[in-house]
Amino acid sequence: MTTYREAIRTALRRLLLEDSRVFLMGEDVGRYGGAYAVSKGLLEEFGEDRIRDTPLCESTFVGAGIGAALGGMRPIVEVMTVNFSMLALDQVVNNAAVMRHMSGGQFEVPIAVRMATGAGKQIAAQHSHSLENWYAYIPGIKVLAPATVQDAHDMLLAAVEDPDPVFIFEHQMLYGIEGPFDPKATPSSPWQAAVRHPGSDVSLIAYGGSVHKAMTAAEELEKERISAEVIDLRSLRPLDRPAIISSVSRTHRAVVIDEAWKTGSLASEISATLAEEAFYELDAPIARVCTREVPIPYAKHLEDAALPQVPAIIEAAKRSLGNG
Amino acid sequence: MSIDISRDDALDLLSQMLRIRRLEEESAELYSQQKIRGFLHLYIGEEAVGVGAMRALRDDDNVVATYREHGHALVRGIPAGEIMAEMYGKANGCSGGRGGSMHLFSLERRFYGGHAIVGGGLPIAVGLALADKMKGESRVTACFFGDGATDEGEFHEALNLAALWKLPVLFLCENNRYAMGTAFDRHVSDDDIVNNPPAYGVHSETVDGMDVVAVERVVHNAAESVRETGEPRFVELRTYRFRAHSMYDAELYRSKAEVEEWKKLDPIEQLKERALGATLITGADIETIEQEVAREIEEAVQFAEEGEWESIDDLARHTYARDLS
Repeated sequence: MTTYREAIRTALRRLLLEDSRVFLMGEDVGRYGGAYAVSKGLLEEFGEDRIRDTPLCESTFVGAGIGAALGGMRPIVEVMTVNFSMLALDQVVNNAAVMRHMSGGQFEVPIAVRMATGAGKQIAAQHSHSLENWYAYIPGIKVLAPATVQDAHDMLLAAVEDPDPVFIFEHQMLYGIEGPFDPKATPSSPWQAAVRHPGSDVSLIAYGGSVHKAMTAAEELEKERISAEVIDLRSLRPLDRPAIISSVSRTHRAVVIDEAWKTGSLASEISATLAEEAFYELDAPIARVCTREVPIPYAKHLEDAALPQVPAIIEAAKRSLGNG
Repeated sequence: MSIDISRDDALDLLSQMLRIRRLEEESAELYSQQKIRGFLHLYIGEEAVGVGAMRALRDDDNVVATYREHGHALVRGIPAGEIMAEMYGKANGCSGGRGGSMHLFSLERRFYGGHAIVGGGLPIAVGLALADKMKGESRVTACFFGDGATDEGEFHEALNLAALWKLPVLFLCENNRYAMGTAFDRHVSDDDIVNNPPAYGVHSETVDGMDVVAVERVVHNAAESVRETGEPRFVELRTYRFRAHSMYDAELYRSKAEVEEWKKLDPIEQLKERALGATLITGADIETIEQEVAREIEEAVQFAEEGEWESIDDLARHTYARDLS
């Protein structure tokens, strides 16, 4: 058993050892060891040239990562959290995402950008955002959301290998979780969704931190003889639409769990996909379990009430089965 | 004013500036014929900056430019035909018709693009220089931007990061006195842009951007200093745009008298006068250059006219390395 953060560190070490073009940069990744202790020890092992503490200038260090990628390097940029990544959005949207297309295929940006995401730590409205959908909206970049320890490792390897810009969202509640991990296992394609818990009555579709809540809900539902299938989306762009449709074509009911605000969320996109492409497979209305449309509050009971929780998932699943 | 350059240099400087001037004049004409659409930002008046600076760089250096970059691209060595075809939106354009006037690119010429978000190219230049430093290359990354970009946070962040990490970036500020329609003294608190870089420990200097000889000399020295020390430098090139910001601009923000004053400093006329005065060149030389340039522009237009349109079937091409759909 390994922790999620150790799995990321294992992948970082491997990449740094195997490819001299790889380097890590971001705020506090070096001497501090990473805000979530992911890169602890890497500065000592790989030195200042390859483990670079940056000034607090998200736009410029993400842009510099794009430039370094254009210049033939394989930068891994850590933007501490998604909350700060908004300061770099121009570089993402106007440079990383469009460079290949706008240059007629002459230039590519093989950059991997990692950031923590999500709520649950009582750090209030400015540090608890879930904005994966903003990124998944943009053609030209790819977006991954590792939910398991193995994926945390494998997806980073895949992101650095990829010739396109890849953004990895690590849910801040997952860094400490433990799970099975084989650093030598042949990684599965990160661009496909995974069935984490097979079932036949209802599909619980989730990504990132919400996958674990969906798993707990599925186990609870099992006690009441309801067979729920948990789909871990894994990749948010490209979205594995065939896997979503395939699951719902088996269960005929869909509950989408998304720690974003409901309006304009990925849950909306998935629901629309099902309405467009699997309408006649559905035996019940699609349900979305999302965050309440308020800034994330500090007080624990309020934060808990704002976020998708296991009882709400169970309730939505039962409702779709007509016994809610 | 005297001039201490060779006849060949005088001829080349004049030729390069005239290539830009005539390309831009033709572009404006083609815009009015609706052959070129979208935004079109002309470089007329600023030719000395692009020509002087580009001649000061080596072929192996990197260039990052702005959306007013036809001149830079041309002098850097992207064929006029490919530039014109790009403005037409044709598949034989230097960006395959996907970029247009503001987004000229060339891998071969290490021309990392026309960038049309003001200030957005500066971090890219810093990153290119970082890659070179990490790989042990002796290359300079020349980054062009306007006075408007110095308002942006990225300007200050890029100077700080380039200085902190000792990166070989040559920051070239083309100060044409206007951030679109906002005059310099209405958008910059300090009278002088050169005061900014020293705050980050970056060497900073100003040059008359209407004097192509001075531009080349100053930028050459700055580039070689960056190459030698591996540390960034900043040069402000004081210039003026004779034409409107873009083809949509009614120029309500500046007086005709001001434009006329600056036109007296026309970099092409200045060079002609000095080179003729020093008997480096003759009127016949100028006539020959004009004829060669006219032929080049004519052929460029023909190249664009004859170019194919990219198939709509290939619309999604180059969005990713491999098609995701």
